[in-house]
Amino acid sequence: MAKHSLRRLLGLIPTLLLLLTVAFFLIRVAPGGPFDAEKALPPEIQANLNAKYHLDESLLQQYFRYLGQVVSLDFGPSYQYKDWTVNELIAQGFPVSLTVGLTAIVLAFFVGTMLGIAAALRQNSTVDYSLMGFAMLGISIPNFVIAPILILLLAVYAGWLPAGGWDWGVPSMVLPIVTLALPAIAYIARITRGSMIEVLHSNFIRTARAKGLSESIVIRRHALRPALLPVISYLGPAIAGMISGSVVIERIFSIPGLGSYFVQGALNRDYTLVMGVVIFYGVLILVLNFLVDLLYAWLNPKIRYDQKR
Amino acid sequence: MKSSTKSQAPLLEIKDLNVGFDTPEGEVHAVNNLNFSIKAGDTLAIVGESGAGKTQTVMAALGLLAENGHASGQAIFKGNDLLQMSAAELNRHRGREIAMIFQDPMTSLNPYLRIDKQMIEVVMHHQGLNKNQAREHAVEMLRAVRIPDPERRIRQYPHEFSGGMRQRVIVAMGLLCEPDLLIADEPTTALDVTVQGQISHLMGALRDNSNTAIILISHNLGVVAGLCERVLVMYAGEAVECGSVEQVYYDPRHPYTRGLLESVPRLDRPEEQGLNSIPGNPPNLLTLPAGCKFRDRCPEASDACREKPPMQLDDQRHAWRCILGGDT
Ligand SMILES: Nc1ncnc2c1ncn2[C@@H]1O[C@H](COP(=O)(O)OP(=O)(O)OP(=O)(O)O)[C@@H](O)[C@H]1O
Ligand code: SF4
Ligand SMILES: [Mg+2]
Repeated sequence: MAKHSLRRLLGLIPTLLLLLTVAFFLIRVAPGGPFDAEKALPPEIQANLNAKYHLDESLLQQYFRYLGQVVSLDFGPSYQYKDWTVNELIAQGFPVSLTVGLTAIVLAFFVGTMLGIAAALRQNSTVDYSLMGFAMLGISIPNFVIAPILILLLAVYAGWLPAGGWDWGVPSMVLPIVTLALPAIAYIARITRGSMIEVLHSNFIRTARAKGLSESIVIRRHALRPALLPVISYLGPAIAGMISGSVVIERIFSIPGLGSYFVQGALNRDYTLVMGVVIFYGVLILVLNFLVDLLYAWLNPKIRYDQKR
Repeated sequence: MKSSTKSQAPLLEIKDLNVGFDTPEGEVHAVNNLNFSIKAGDTLAIVGESGAGKTQTVMAALGLLAENGHASGQAIFKGNDLLQMSAAELNRHRGREIAMIFQDPMTSLNPYLRIDKQMIEVVMHHQGLNKNQAREHAVEMLRAVRIPDPERRIRQYPHEFSGGMRQRVIVAMGLLCEPDLLIADEPTTALDVTVQGQISHLMGALRDNSNTAIILISHNLGVVAGLCERVLVMYAGEAVECGSVEQVYYDPRHPYTRGLLESVPRLDRPEEQGLNSIPGNPPNLLTLPAGCKFRDRCPEASDACREKPPMQLDDQRHAWRCILGGDT
């Protein structure tokens, strides 16, 4: 198992390298450069800046220079936020994004599975149909539509919550977290319902019932784990989805998270900042997916067994 | 002990049991007007071809039918009708007084839980044993069904066991609570002859020591003969013949029973192996024929068989559903 994990971790390196390479060249293909302003700078200043940031070197030279930096875990200075390094900007924005993202995923997992189980246990009832109707809505309406609706209802009309901003207080967290979690809640509820219904039809559940165990023990002890396995495997993609979703959410709610920096960076051709955030998120997604796989294997004795051999 | 129980009221009495399944094609009539009863210490075999309704009969009694299934009639266990009970009421009997050994060893164990957990939950739940006692008890039972190194094996997951080994685990689980009624659905199909013998011996011992009643569902007429006193032959959801093992094996009255007996491969006539299985197929359970359901395949069928044949009963409690076979 440990050997297997190590091998998988090493396998992430080529993926990251590919991500870095593609991002590096893509962003340079995009028209414009970091120091294009409304008013063109005098040529000698432009040249000075280019020299300072090595933008006068050939693309390949820049690429390898950047690679060297990244290996030493230094994403370089930001082009736009002149006094900041990219590392500092990430350190600044990430705790905010992490708080939003982590809370949203935990919320999505618990609320989603609970709704899914509730629907499965009342299959084809009104509860089931309304829950699944709600889930369909949650999946099909994108974040950037849900957000203004929630803002309108809960912030503007009801006045219960702030419409945006971030002060590390709970009220400022509610709307962004709920908006980010809703589609995942809906999706997880659907997965859980389907897998729970399937598991409840399996022969080993019949065996458990024949033992005279109460229905709640049958579900908790025998059905829950297999029913949750598909949800666990969805967590990997869900995390990636939340990260891209957070970019939008942070803009809408004016949250000073990593996503905001990313958008700013992209708009300003802040090459180093964009690259830094892309690589940081890339590593995050890969590592979290790896942890999810470990969790899956831990919950599924058959996989654990196959890996031991 | 056995003879003293003969006059008791039956432990389980199945009356007019019908089991149907709703399917897109219509209703599958899996069990039709079935009647039988079993007393404490009795051993009854249910035999018949695949699809005859053997499993669904006992599933109905245990409240374990699939969602599209429904049962009518009565299944009186110790005076109460199992078919009228809620799941909570059934749970007072299931596992404790009625144990079931399921047919499919590959899928009947929970693949996500160790064997020990699955075995001890029954005894802990019903007999209030603590974990260690329950575990010791379970290890002993695994030893009894001839699982080598049970202390180690009980810590393993089902997929670490072969099919035959899983079947033994399932049998051990069924025997664990010393039920009043043990229902064993093909408990020995995946096992070799020696182990088959050992397991029937175990079940026989349980019956003799605890006065347990046993319903054995089996294709294997040899195992049936070794363990059971009475045999119920089912065809297309109906009882076609019922009697003691001697009556049914040596004096079969129903042509289907005779066909079944002739289809048993015999060592003394190896050249006929497989040739003697009854020609034709059981009727479609969606559209059962009105008269004798065996008519299409019966070598002795006549026009009179278009009417539903009555159950004939001789004075030795031997019954069969055929217009023929009477002594006159
Ligand atoms: N959920 C279901 N829906 C529709 N038909 C079903 C369902 N469950 C069982 N049946 C049908 O009921 C009939 C009786 O099935 P049953 O399981 O009792 O057969 P059996 O006598 O135990 O056969 P075997 O020896 O193969 O186990 C079969 O034709 C089967 O296809
Ligand atoms: S009733 Fe007729 S068809 Fe049916 S088993 Fe008897 S002889 Fe055969
Ligand atoms: Mg069966």
